[in-house]
Amino acid sequence: MHALVFIKQVPDASQVRVNYETGTLIREGVPAILNPFEAHAVEEAVKLREKFGGKVSVITMGPPQATQALKECLAMGADKAFLLSDRAFAGSDTLATSYALYEGARKIIELEGEVDLYFAGKQAIDGDTAQTGPGIATRFDIPLVTYLTKMDEVNFEKKYAVATRLTELGHETVQVPIPAFFTVEESLNELSHAPLPWLIKAAQTEIIMLSSENVELDRNQCGLKHSPTMVKKAFTPEKRQRGETLTGSLDELIKETAGHLASFVK
Amino acid sequence: MLDITKKDPEISNYKDVWVYVEQTDGVPQPVSFELLTKARELAAQIDGKVAAVSIGKNVAHLADEAFKFGADKFYIIEDEIFADYRTEPYREALSELVVKYKPEIFLIGATTQGRDLSGTVATELRTGLTADTTKQDIDPETKFLLMTRPTFGGSLMATIYCPKHRPQMSTVRPGVFSAVPVESPVAGEIIREKTDITEEKIVKKILKKVVSNESSVNLSFYEVIVAGGKGMGSKDNFKMIQDLADLLGGTWAGSRKAVELGYVPQSRQVGQTGQTVHPKLYIACGISGAIQHVVGMQTSDTIISINTDKDAPIFDVSTYCIVEDALKFVPKLIEQLKSQKLAEVTNER
Ligand SMILES: Cc1cc2nc3c(=O)[nH]c(=O)nc-3n(C[C@H](O)[C@H](O)[C@H](O)COP(=O)(O)OP(=O)(O)OC[C@H]3O[C@@H](n4cnc5c(N)ncnc54)[C@H](O)[C@@H]3O)c2cc1C
Ligand SMILES: Nc1ncnc2c1ncn2[C@@H]1O[C@H](COP(=O)(O)O)[C@@H](O)[C@H]1O
Repeated sequence: MHALVFIKQVPDASQVRVNYETGTLIREGVPAILNPFEAHAVEEAVKLREKFGGKVSVITMGPPQATQALKECLAMGADKAFLLSDRAFAGSDTLATSYALYEGARKIIELEGEVDLYFAGKQAIDGDTAQTGPGIATRFDIPLVTYLTKMDEVNFEKKYAVATRLTELGHETVQVPIPAFFTVEESLNELSHAPLPWLIKAAQTEIIMLSSENVELDRNQCGLKHSPTMVKKAFTPEKRQRGETLTGSLDELIKETAGHLASFVK
Repeated sequence: MLDITKKDPEISNYKDVWVYVEQTDGVPQPVSFELLTKARELAAQIDGKVAAVSIGKNVAHLADEAFKFGADKFYIIEDEIFADYRTEPYREALSELVVKYKPEIFLIGATTQGRDLSGTVATELRTGLTADTTKQDIDPETKFLLMTRPTFGGSLMATIYCPKHRPQMSTVRPGVFSAVPVESPVAGEIIREKTDITEEKIVKKILKKVVSNESSVNLSFYEVIVAGGKGMGSKDNFKMIQDLADLLGGTWAGSRKAVELGYVPQSRQVGQTGQTVHPKLYIACGISGAIQHVVGMQTSDTIISINTDKDAPIFDVSTYCIVEDALKFVPKLIEQLKSQKLAEVTNER
């Protein structure tokens, strides 16, 4: 088995604060973390490798600092880690990002052999678009299974997978031929602690660098200039003003609140 | 796969505003009508028409609904193979339709299905897609669609546009716009298309579908929402949240921590990774007001918050701030409201 997981390093959105005076994000001191959904994607891929043998590769497109997130995946048990980094990619929107990652994945296939299972997170917590995974799957023209909550069965002889995903009304179980692409929910699995030998191995594993020098890329589909969407402006959301703080004894507070609610009582 | 060379590169040939009318077993998603209402506004500004698009097994009855909300046209593809939503055949059918009829703007609900479908269709069409928008405007000069969306968990807003590719695509969260029927609906044109996809060509098979009632709560239907957070302390204590909601003719909801603690099902989570709501009244009990929660409820008309911490950020967005123990306050409030109601009934007699 060969699984490839697309991972992203993101600023911890829950720690980003806004400076309302300047209308900018305060990013200083905000740690960069592995996007939470990807930890579950790596966990699932590693679990499958433990069961079936084979290997798990991870790839990220980002600046050199993203190495940190790749190392984290290696420590979780991934075997190979690829950093796709090039100035040509700067400012890519999701269409351009999924293009670059698609080409990066094709390079990995060339180096490491065919991939059976592709995984991505459901969404990245900084951009929240949930488009990158579907975009890559579409370029490969392989079945897409979003909102994965359970990998029921993978059959490598007969080349199919059975998987459960969330739907609007509940969930459904689908069968797809592999290779297939999965975007994962956090509820897919519980994260486990990696055994010490993996951590040691991870520390010794080199990150493999990919760039426009060794990956074949159509420059007309990369980076800010070739991204169909553009940011016109960014601004801080209008802040609602704090209203009235009700004062008085508990009974008085209740009376006043009930007064405000009177028109709603059915 | 779509043959992309068939797509017209000349952007001035793209007209009209399309809305994807999403359905499951023939039942439409309300967000589709919210988008049709918005589409009317946008179409008027670009001199285009509003078209609804639906794919499924039995969806012809959705035409009347679409016309009621102002669609001028209804594109429909009906086939047995579309009985259940599956990414690949829906993607193919929809992409072909776009290539053939060239909409300038294409809006899709940011539902589970809409998010699955939109990313893959936009990739096929090699066009831009802006996810989870909360505001849509037409630039008066360029006539481009300006799509505004929250990023970084709602800390920042970004206005995105797509100048050189068509259609300009975006997904919109349910509950962001209101669905308003037109005063005197006219039955518009129905354009029926066929598909040459056959079941044999579709590799994905659905083995089992499970419908759970709890997973389909649409919070945006309600004018009153009473929500609880971690501060409610236990699942049992959520009974009072439900009681208060019942009394006010509304529904109940929770923060993500309340969901994680098992007090509330995920289907009732408000916020960035839950639902966006804008009821007339939102009551937050024991919710701190983290940005990811606030982005989902800050446009409510009136917000009443009960929190023991006088500095809780939820108060920064609240109309009425009550620094109290919710576990004491809420039961007393329910009592008071009940006795008021009783008094009214007695008076009426
Ligand atoms: C990527 C991401 C996405 C997220 N998406 C969402 C989302 O969609 N929705 C969401 O809600 N959160 C979301 N969160 C989580 C969010 O950051 C907060 O952790 C969460 O909203 C906190 O929930 P809470 O207010 O219930 O709990 P806490 O923050 O723990 O607050 C509990 C509050 O209760 C008060 N309290 C305690 N006891 C009482 C009492 N007896 N009476 C009254 N008040 C009391 C406390 O003072 C405190 O303010 C997300 C986080 C991340 C990183
Ligand atoms: N730059 C990137 N490098 C690798 N994977 C990515 C990148 N951006 C997004 N992804 C993957 O796509 C998923 C969805 O991201 P997004 O579309 O940005 O919400 C993430 O959870 C990752 O698995």
